[in-house]
Amino acid sequence: MNTPDQPRLREAIARIGFLVRREFLTIWRDKRSRTVLILPPILQLFMFSYAATFDVNNVPLAVFNEDSSVESRDLVANFTASRTFTDTARPTSWPEAQDLIDRGKVLMVLRVPTNFSRELKSGHSPEIQVVVDGRQSNTALITLAYVNSIIEEFSRERAQTLGQRAQPPVLVQRAWFNPNMTSQWFIVPGLGATLTMIIATLISALSIAREKELGTFEQLLVTPLRPYELLIGKIIPAAVLAMGEGLLLGVLGIWFFGVPLRGDVAMLVLGLAVFMLSVTSCGLMISALTSTQQQAQIAGFCYIMPCVILSGFTTPIENMPAWIQAITYLNPLRYVLVINRGVFLQDMPALVALNQLWPMAVIGVFTAACAIALFRRRVL
Amino acid sequence: MPAGLRFTSITRSFKTEARSVAALAGVSGEIAPGKITGLVGPDGAGKTTLIRVLAGLLDADAGRVQSTGELAHPRMAYMPQKFGLYEDLTVQENMTLYADLHGLDPALRAQRFSELNRFTSLGPFANWLAGNLSGGMKQKLGLACTLIVAPDILLLDEPSVGVDPVSRRELWSMVRALQGSGIAVLWSTAYLDEADGCDHVILLYDGRVIDEGLPSVISGHVARRTWRVVLPTDQRAGRKRDLQRAAATLPNVVDAQIKGRNLRIVTDRDDVPPDVTRASMPGLRALKPEPTPPQFEDAYLAAMRKQDLINESQINRRPGIYSQDPGAITQAVHLALDLGDKPQDDGLSSRAARHTNQTLATPVIETKDLSRRFGNFTAVDRFSFAVSRGEIFGLLGPNGAGKSTTFKMLCGLVVPSSGEALVAGFDLATARADARSRIGYMAQKFAYIGHLTLAQNMEFAGGVYGLARAALTHRIAEVAAEFDLEAYLHQNCGELPLGIKQRMALACAVLHKPAILFLDEPTSGVDPVTRREFWARLNAMADDGTTILVTSHFLDEAEYCDRMAIIYHGRQIAAGSPDEIKSAHADGDNPTLEQAFIRLIDDHDRTNGVRSAA
Repeated sequence: MNTPDQPRLREAIARIGFLVRREFLTIWRDKRSRTVLILPPILQLFMFSYAATFDVNNVPLAVFNEDSSVESRDLVANFTASRTFTDTARPTSWPEAQDLIDRGKVLMVLRVPTNFSRELKSGHSPEIQVVVDGRQSNTALITLAYVNSIIEEFSRERAQTLGQRAQPPVLVQRAWFNPNMTSQWFIVPGLGATLTMIIATLISALSIAREKELGTFEQLLVTPLRPYELLIGKIIPAAVLAMGEGLLLGVLGIWFFGVPLRGDVAMLVLGLAVFMLSVTSCGLMISALTSTQQQAQIAGFCYIMPCVILSGFTTPIENMPAWIQAITYLNPLRYVLVINRGVFLQDMPALVALNQLWPMAVIGVFTAACAIALFRRRVL
Repeated sequence: MPAGLRFTSITRSFKTEARSVAALAGVSGEIAPGKITGLVGPDGAGKTTLIRVLAGLLDADAGRVQSTGELAHPRMAYMPQKFGLYEDLTVQENMTLYADLHGLDPALRAQRFSELNRFTSLGPFANWLAGNLSGGMKQKLGLACTLIVAPDILLLDEPSVGVDPVSRRELWSMVRALQGSGIAVLWSTAYLDEADGCDHVILLYDGRVIDEGLPSVISGHVARRTWRVVLPTDQRAGRKRDLQRAAATLPNVVDAQIKGRNLRIVTDRDDVPPDVTRASMPGLRALKPEPTPPQFEDAYLAAMRKQDLINESQINRRPGIYSQDPGAITQAVHLALDLGDKPQDDGLSSRAARHTNQTLATPVIETKDLSRRFGNFTAVDRFSFAVSRGEIFGLLGPNGAGKSTTFKMLCGLVVPSSGEALVAGFDLATARADARSRIGYMAQKFAYIGHLTLAQNMEFAGGVYGLARAALTHRIAEVAAEFDLEAYLHQNCGELPLGIKQRMALACAVLHKPAILFLDEPTSGVDPVTRREFWARLNAMADDGTTILVTSHFLDEAEYCDRMAIIYHGRQIAAGSPDEIKSAHADGDNPTLEQAFIRLIDDHDRTNGVRSAA
């Protein structure tokens, strides 16, 4: 920086400082915007963390036991005693069992045929029938996996009690980073990033649209603020507030949901900061293109929805068709999710994080440049 | 069938967070059939509250509204300040919508629409989007929609705010035409020249009726207290204002105002002329006051002042309005602008001195063939003018004439299509931001964040122009004192009355001591007292060398300008001092600017075909 520019730079920083202060005050002193900013994200974190879980619990189960033997009762007990199932009905005929599935009263019917104990005692492999409601495919699949493990367990126990030596090989599964496969460990860090994105987009998209509606924007434009100063002054408050929220949600995740924090907090903050740059500049682009708060809000949601769906937050990107996978590379949320989950669950190596950081930074710088260009064009 | 309304002892208060404010404190009166009743009062007097109570939209805390005449339930129509036109629907669609809402029989519609179109002369614009109409045409369409089903009683809430003089004249003749059918009309306004057009006037102030009757009777109350002084014709405008200011500060003078070539003075006692012998200016001492017939405005001011004195003797004094006389304002401005000496008492103001000492050849604002086109539409067409330092220059014209576009080009908000503009020595094509830092800008609409306090808004307004912390704090205190805003510093500015908001907007615009002030319709919708006080401040600033550019379609305001340009359809159709324009474009002994303005526009339309809507 050469000397004649320094006072100019100082002046610019001072101007931005006043704008930032004004933005914070504007958001903070408005009771409604204050409530809207703080309360919903926290409520949503709690609601969604419990609602959006992949764990399957309390599956309503109907048992149609045609074989009244000790063995069949043992098997049934293995199911009904499990936390996964709730013993809901005991149909006495097959049509009755079918009806229970049809009406959605139960999700699964376990049918033990009459020859179960006979076959078992004679050393054969008896057959049992399990019918699941395929209308809920995801749950059905997970339930079937549970069924398998229960039956495996049943045969192992039985083999032990009979003193059989030749035990079948046992598959030991171990999930790294999340040994109990607790969904919330997976959901909460992702949800934190997603909610942060929603807040940042809304604050930035609404900020200029609101000024246009109130008529304060023109007054702002006649000041010596240059377009880029205006943009920086608008980005900082939105980014800082949203990041603050994001970190608060993180603390809640650790403290309330018991999510481990294994990685470097600095990495988390850096990731969020770069993420904020791209999200808020996109919000400001929306703001520059719209003239009312309503338009800005709708446009904001049109941006947020695809970003969330195409981020890998709930459904893995690897399962998406190739052309959609290509699109996801433009989505900043995609990268920050990896960093967030990595830092929380894994102690992610810096190099891996860096690989996620740079594309996000490129997106951020590009959208910020677009926003400035739009400002100049729309404004002048 | 004739019907009217009588209202008795209406009270109504509103609760804000901290306290309860009485908007109406026992208001009684009558709206008679076949007459236009004027509800006249400054902002915040309670006009809108009263109309809403009469329209049945608001319950009064106490009091009664009765219908007079033969109808038990007269049909009432109400046009609010901002009428609910659908801007994305055409003129015809808006009228059809209101016909549907009122359940007008489809068989009767065609006839009613053509009647109303004849009445409003909006027929040719039936397929225009309502949002593309000028302010005056919107009001006419609003009135037509209000009149879809012919009412017995018509309540109009400030119908002429934001309407140019030509449209205003048309609006009045429309309402006059309704009288034949015996409709009772209530017309509320803050503009005093409209009171003379009413058959009966109710003067509302601070929630009370302070006078009522025929306009001529009300004016008669000050019949023997109004005087005029004929000003020497060869005077500069600045000199005229010096005389006016000196006259306003005389001990027995209630009000002094320049009206064309005259200085009108109202004194505080019958038959006692203004005591010019005690004037500080020798120029004023030499002039002879003579009695002149009273005008409505004189009576209004006298009535309001009397009410203030009554209020003052009680406890709840309304702050702000008269807390500073124009002379005091001048002194405060001198101190606050840090320009050294107070106004000199030798009769030659600092401004006059500046005018003689400085070469007027270097203008502060200068445009050459400035043009702006939007697609095929030329908003501003080769406009050239120059304003020198310390001058007050007015850009006048009806709505949509190109005032705002010119203004925005000079502020750097709109890029000119061709031509040049120099502001404070900076070329707007190359040094927009530098030019902007020398400008103070006051938007037409209140442009500060409502839930921030006055102090917080001022901090931003000054800080963003480069005032450092310490200087800023000092400067805010200084300006707040100068503008008498200290009491409001820590209030949310959204809750302040309009007059205070407007004073605050000016205060924010001058925090950084700009060389140039741009004011866009600064006193639109503001009552005459507040307007006068506002202009006293502007005059003092101009005296200290601030160059002021004002847009307005309000011609009373134009009288305060040193020079002005009248623009119409993007072109300058006249330029000069108010006196020059009046004598060139209007007849009569003491012509008004409004006469000149309407004549100019009529002439222009005659030579250029019909008046277009834009």
